[in-house]
Amino acid sequence: MGTYVAKRLLLIVPTLIGAAALVFVIMRVIPGDVALLIFGGEAGGQIDVQFGSWFWGILRFDFGNSLWTGRPVIEEMLVRLPLSLELATAATVVSVIIAIPLGMLAAIRQDSWVDYLVRIVSIGGLAIPSFWVGILCILMLVIFFGWGPPLEFTPPWVDPWANFQMMVWPVLTVGYRYAAVTTRMTRSTLLEVLREDYIRTAWAKGLRERAVVVRHALKNSMLPVITLVGTEFAFLIGGLVVTETVFTLNGVGRFVVDAVAHRDYPVVQALIFLIAFGFVVINLLVDLTYAWFDPRIRYR
Amino acid sequence: MATNIELAHATASATLAPKPTAAGVAMRFVRTKPLGAAGAVIILGMLALAVFAELLAPYDPYVGDYGLQFARPSAEHWFGTDEFGRDVLSRIMYGARIALFVGFFASFIGCTLGALLGVVSAFWGGTVDLLLERLMDILLAFPQLILALAIASILGPAVQNVVIAISIPVIPRVARVVRAAAMSVKENVYVEAVQALGASRRRVILQHIIPNVTAPYIIMVTAQLGAAILAEAALSYLGLGAAEPTPSWGLMLSGSAPSYAEKAPWIALFPGIAISLGVFGFNLFGDSLRDALDPKLRKG
Repeated sequence: MGTYVAKRLLLIVPTLIGAAALVFVIMRVIPGDVALLIFGGEAGGQIDVQFGSWFWGILRFDFGNSLWTGRPVIEEMLVRLPLSLELATAATVVSVIIAIPLGMLAAIRQDSWVDYLVRIVSIGGLAIPSFWVGILCILMLVIFFGWGPPLEFTPPWVDPWANFQMMVWPVLTVGYRYAAVTTRMTRSTLLEVLREDYIRTAWAKGLRERAVVVRHALKNSMLPVITLVGTEFAFLIGGLVVTETVFTLNGVGRFVVDAVAHRDYPVVQALIFLIAFGFVVINLLVDLTYAWFDPRIRYR
Repeated sequence: MATNIELAHATASATLAPKPTAAGVAMRFVRTKPLGAAGAVIILGMLALAVFAELLAPYDPYVGDYGLQFARPSAEHWFGTDEFGRDVLSRIMYGARIALFVGFFASFIGCTLGALLGVVSAFWGGTVDLLLERLMDILLAFPQLILALAIASILGPAVQNVVIAISIPVIPRVARVVRAAAMSVKENVYVEAVQALGASRRRVILQHIIPNVTAPYIIMVTAQLGAAILAEAALSYLGLGAAEPTPSWGLMLSGSAPSYAEKAPWIALFPGIAISLGVFGFNLFGDSLRDALDPKLRKG
């Protein structure tokens, strides 16, 4: 396991440097003035010197200042992070609670009406844009209840009820979409496991359906699902970007959109790199968990 | 053991067996995969709307009538009119063109480039493989929508830029899948045999590797189609996709639609249904196609 961890840790270093370089190059394509504004003053001249100075900044958590507010990017981001983290965590929990029982039900009743219903609901969750679900939520709340969600973010430890009122709709919006992906994955991995020989043996022993499905099949089909919950973090980020915009929540996702709209390139550059960084770290953690559970991975 | 005569008979009857016609294959697909067939019907409907938009649309999607702002759905305007008095139904019909154009081109370009890189990576191996794999790792470090957003923000709002922005994040995902498929094909004894017989590298790739990785390629193209339509809607919603007055479904939901929600909910309702239905169709079809092409998921 030690060698595997070391190998995976070493592999992310070039990936992160490459990601930083890619973000840097993408941002260099922007027309003259803004590029000069960002890089001109401090480093000027050659692109490698500019990249070096930017990368050295990253290592010291110095991402430069926002062109829009003039404040350090990292400061601006840390203010918005708790909201996005809460939204992401709650949406993940909601999605798992919905997805695993539904996926299980669809798999054990493959090609029955229950399966078709679950598949339609989950494919629907993938097809319906989350920003539209958000718009519909707001529409319904306003038209039927004359109620709009509170605008100011209150942390859950200050006023749990106010926090709940603000977060419940965005969480359900993101969670439903996320659940759709996980339901499909649970269904297909469980279907594969249910065709294994040892499941046939369990049936032949005369075990009840519940024991076969929960104790033998579900346990073994959970690994890919755990991985998915991690890797579909990308979905979550995409969901955050649009959902926070729809519900006008002041989180990191909306910060990205606002920065793009204001052409605040130091912020765009820093946020995209930080999102990539978070994504790579989460993928690493998922891989390590996977290897921990399944020894075949680390000996491959 | 089968005698030579029996074998000869078997071959003869195999050649004499009627070759399934296209209609036969389609009927079988409808019978075994009703959900997939429903998806195909939705796709065909969307295609018909896109191709015959000029004939079918009751009004010009670009021309508004200021006397008719926010008209409710009626016999003249089935889906009502928007804030400029433009017919929502006509804009949705023309919007099918944008959605299909972006969907087809983004997924085709992304998947084809990804598949080519995957085959090259698997077949050449060594340094080429190592370099390409690291490059794909770097691209995979970014969540799909975030990378698309970054690229779109640099390129500026236009339909062809959206195609580029959406197709680039697809490349590494497809490259991974196709590389894995090509690697396993390469290990087959018959590939070794044709190589031993002196077949050129070009011949091995074109005649043996590519036909065997077509199934995952087709699955990825259909899977990405729905995702691309959704990504176009999200980018347009965020103001980074098609620019006004292009009748893009995502754009129709952005900006003014939510603010007029109370007064004219139909502006936000119908484009959302169109996006969801279109993506739903592609996902249903893609899902069943995957089930049909992937032997592991076949019932039996």
